[in-house]
Amino acid sequence: MRIAFNTVFKFAPLLLLAACDGPQSTLQPAGPAAHTAALLWWGMFIVATAVTVMVTVFWLWAMRPRETMLPALRARQLQKRLIIGGGLLLPLGASVVLLAFGIPAGHSMLPLATDEPPLRIEVTARQWWWQVHYPEAQVTTANELHLPAGRPVDVHVSSEDVIHSFWVPRLGGKMDMVPGRVNVLRLSAAEPGVFRAQCAEFCGLGHAHMHMPVTAHTEPDFQRWLAQQQRAPDERQAEPALASAFREHCSECHALRGVSQGGAGPDLTTIGARRTDILGWLTQHAQQPPPTPAPDHGQLAPGQLADIADWLQRSTEAPND
Amino acid sequence: MTDHEAPLSQEREHGGKPLLDAAEQHNKLVRVWGNPGGLRVLTVVNHTAIGRYFMITGAVFFIIGGLMAMLMRTQLALPGQDWIPPHIYNQLFTMHGTVMMFLFAVPILEGVALYVIPKMIGARDLAFPRLSALGYYCYLFGGIILMTSVVLGIAPDTGWFMYTPLSDAVYTPGLSADFWLIGITFIEISAVAAGIELVVSIMRTRTEGMTLQTMPLFAWYILAMSLMIVFGFPPLILASILLELERAAGLPFYDVLRGGDPILWQHLFWLFGHPEVYIIFLPAAGIISTILPVFARRPMVGYRWVVVSVISTAFISFGLWVHHMFTVGIPQLAQAFFSVASMMVAVPTGIQIFAWLATLWTGRPVFEVPMLWTIGFLVIFVIGGLTGVMLALVPFNWQVHDTHFVVAHMHYVLVGGMFFPLVAGLYYWWPHLTGRMPSKVLAHWGFWLTFVGFNLTFLVMHLTGLLGMPRRVYTYDAGMGWNWPNLVSSIGGFVMAAGIAVVILDLVLHGLAGRRARINPWQADTLEWATATPPAPYNFVSLPKVSGRHPLWEQPDLPETIAEGRHGLTSINHGRRETWGTDPVSGRIREIIHLPGNSWWPFFSALALAFMCIGLLAKVYVIALAAALVALGLLLRWAWENGTHPAAAPDGRTAAGEPPLHSRTFDGPGLWGMGVTLLANGSLYMSLLFGWFYLWTVAPQWQLPEHSHLHWPLLLAASLLMPLGWLWLRRLIARLRAGDDARLQQGLWWLALLGCGQCLLLIAGWWRSALVPGDTAHDAVITVFLMYTLLHCALATVMALMQAWRARRGYVSRLAPYEPLLVEYWWGYSAVTTMVSFAALVLWPLGWGGA
Repeated sequence: MRIAFNTVFKFAPLLLLAACDGPQSTLQPAGPAAHTAALLWWGMFIVATAVTVMVTVFWLWAMRPRETMLPALRARQLQKRLIIGGGLLLPLGASVVLLAFGIPAGHSMLPLATDEPPLRIEVTARQWWWQVHYPEAQVTTANELHLPAGRPVDVHVSSEDVIHSFWVPRLGGKMDMVPGRVNVLRLSAAEPGVFRAQCAEFCGLGHAHMHMPVTAHTEPDFQRWLAQQQRAPDERQAEPALASAFREHCSECHALRGVSQGGAGPDLTTIGARRTDILGWLTQHAQQPPPTPAPDHGQLAPGQLADIADWLQRSTEAPND
Repeated sequence: MTDHEAPLSQEREHGGKPLLDAAEQHNKLVRVWGNPGGLRVLTVVNHTAIGRYFMITGAVFFIIGGLMAMLMRTQLALPGQDWIPPHIYNQLFTMHGTVMMFLFAVPILEGVALYVIPKMIGARDLAFPRLSALGYYCYLFGGIILMTSVVLGIAPDTGWFMYTPLSDAVYTPGLSADFWLIGITFIEISAVAAGIELVVSIMRTRTEGMTLQTMPLFAWYILAMSLMIVFGFPPLILASILLELERAAGLPFYDVLRGGDPILWQHLFWLFGHPEVYIIFLPAAGIISTILPVFARRPMVGYRWVVVSVISTAFISFGLWVHHMFTVGIPQLAQAFFSVASMMVAVPTGIQIFAWLATLWTGRPVFEVPMLWTIGFLVIFVIGGLTGVMLALVPFNWQVHDTHFVVAHMHYVLVGGMFFPLVAGLYYWWPHLTGRMPSKVLAHWGFWLTFVGFNLTFLVMHLTGLLGMPRRVYTYDAGMGWNWPNLVSSIGGFVMAAGIAVVILDLVLHGLAGRRARINPWQADTLEWATATPPAPYNFVSLPKVSGRHPLWEQPDLPETIAEGRHGLTSINHGRRETWGTDPVSGRIREIIHLPGNSWWPFFSALALAFMCIGLLAKVYVIALAAALVALGLLLRWAWENGTHPAAAPDGRTAAGEPPLHSRTFDGPGLWGMGVTLLANGSLYMSLLFGWFYLWTVAPQWQLPEHSHLHWPLLLAASLLMPLGWLWLRRLIARLRAGDDARLQQGLWWLALLGCGQCLLLIAGWWRSALVPGDTAHDAVITVFLMYTLLHCALATVMALMQAWRARRGYVSRLAPYEPLLVEYWWGYSAVTTMVSFAALVLWPLGWGGA
């Protein structure tokens, strides 16, 4: 009995913590902003639980059936204490305490000036994908976000169509992506790791599937990744027939550095590095969420589609290094 | 309880009066007040009947909304399920929210208020019985229109919040969003109508001696709720009209590329949406404040504290809306302000909770079924309130906004703060509604299943949200850690549904065949328990004079003495429906309000309005216009049967010692009705002004024309003519007050002519202004201002014409001088808004240095 008790005591918190983990868990923070928010939560959770239990116990006690009333004087005293203490001072006091913690916490999340200028990343949402642009390195990618760990990053978010919201729960709060506006969200990953970004504002049919991996690298790894994205486009020209087939069928919507400039769909310059089965996606995307305006390529001969996909895959893969 | 002498003094006062034969008096009253059967049931205007219709219809919509929730919980029970495809799921969550908010919560609480309030304040009916009926049919037809879209599978699917640009014609083509915008606006008319009616009824029809300081707390809550509806719904009505104009006619209010701003929609929506939460919570809290003292067997502690809390809640709730928009990217200082304001609303709520606690603590509680639901309310609502304070904290809000944490919070607040008190109230008033007592066994089963099921569903949902699950997703991947909490929520949802089914079963079964209720079965203190149960349509044979806050505790024999006709206003041979018109503050009798009887006009007016909505939906504008004109005609015909019209009150005489009929005075409920209507109208106008200045200063790509299109001399002339007409009308009324109606008719004709001139000037000014409303938000907003002004001038002209015609027929004269005052309110309002519009459209841009 005693052993069982001990075991429960030892493992219960672990179980509890395990229940709090997850790829998008705000309770498993991996950056300072998310860490602050999680701390705020645990503090508020404890106080709120105490208040709930206290009020409920008071209430049940007060409700016990009885035939006697408190003496009038005592009753008046109690009433005044309850209303002023519980109704006035408790919420006021709680708010003051909450703001005392909350205002500095909120301040620490703002994109204020820092000694080391933060990395700027521009994320633009569409129904239902993300374009990610690194203005300094002139790199554009889609549906994946890479950032250096241990360094503040300013994500400049906007939208080309409806309102979306950019959110990497394990790194910090969310920020709406509003057409015509650019909002800035300061994020920072404490350690390298892979996280998940999720669209948090309802944006239509594909909303549930609008998420992307977020990878935090060490600084050297990040620089290496960035350099890879900037690779010379020469090799794409090596097979002119396929390049021109791509130009003919895909370039209206897709950019491919050195080949085409289309802007309606994702930039495919590094598509091979994010997706290993381009042909599979091209033939099956109509059956899979999220919905996309990409055509189902029925007008292309199966062989030609496979050739283009294969060429695209080879010429955009990450090099083996 | 202090005034035990009261019944005796009543006895002395009325002792000499011969007792009326109860049965005969009942028959006489029913001949005047009775509800017809057969098809003519559609003509019923009585508040008891209309209140019941509201409650039953609301309950039906509640079941529909609940079934939608069950479908969603079934899909989300396991990860990766997609038997409900996203386009259906999106309709489900949109309609679940829409139905629960607009078709269930607000109407059913209004139904409770329409049913209870007149009885509680000792009146025979509401101030505008035909308006209650109109409101009900607008609600019913609007609900049917919305449900049609569900049946057709083209229900709105962009969320009950309808954010632009997702809800505009580009991203949501088709009719789905139009169903929402038109259907909900139609239903909101009903809500505002009931709001206006309740304000006026509470202020002007309380029984003799019921001062503001002694009226029941429930009346205070409903007064606050009604005023909040009056101020809170118009911003959404305006926003919906603008969005529908954008969808149907391409006017770009929310299109950022043409100088609009999608965030304007969010401001207007939440300017309504946050007060909406308190519109739902306050009447529910009022139910608690009504029944809790009854079962604590002592008066409510801290009456004044509670009244001040209710009023301050109503005020503060209009200053919180931005806390729904903390992630939109608005300035930090604004966020801090709204964050603090959101926490401050915890103070009045805390005061009420601790006043209830103190009432129980210092009373002698008895435990009945309504108290069970009251405890459930407390526990759930306290948790919901606390998570609400958490959400007010911006750095935490950024994490959990738009996650299942908010879904959990909101259900704790709304189910805890509205549904539980509602059921408590239903159990409490069930003997009143049906004359029969609810059970104890089934009622306990129903409560515990609902309570446990609710907490199972929503307590764990806080964690689901903290684990990062966003709202409004039709499915989710396994491996996110969301599997087990979702399964628990789904199981809990079904337990809760079973509980609610038991509650409904219990109420229906015992309503039909339960134990007969004694008179005043809970030994309550308020006047509604002095009626028969179930009540007769006239409520009270005689209207009692009250002197304290707890009439039935102070005068326990009131039910008998009222039924015996020992109190006021007992004469019925004149065939009029009558109730006291009293002073809003002191409760002294000022006049007799004679109320209209059963009428077809409300039903057919609502029907015509419904056809107008269908015409707008189908984009067959000829039908819409024709239906609008028919509706206007019907409403004017309805208004024709007022005052001294033979159908209203042919015989203006009252018994000796009784005050005059209200239509023969310079004051009456209609004047108050017009005043409150203009408050609602003013709220709409202020929202439009807000939109204008907001776009001007905040829209990211605001565009001004190179030079002003506006033809300012004509518009200036128009905005000077209107005040002139107002002054002219005031002079006519001053003469009327002096007893001179010699040139009244002539004067009113001149006024109408002046109104026509004003309309023509406005049309000419509009014509010459060469606006291109489809090109820029700037011109689009100006167009709406001009439409608004023109509509007001046209209506003012129609009113003047009608008054002139009525003066000609003798319905308006120095003996019946009341109606021109109403028209004067409208003229004054129109004059002020016309001038303000001129200032905003012409002078402000000059000052700004723009075009």
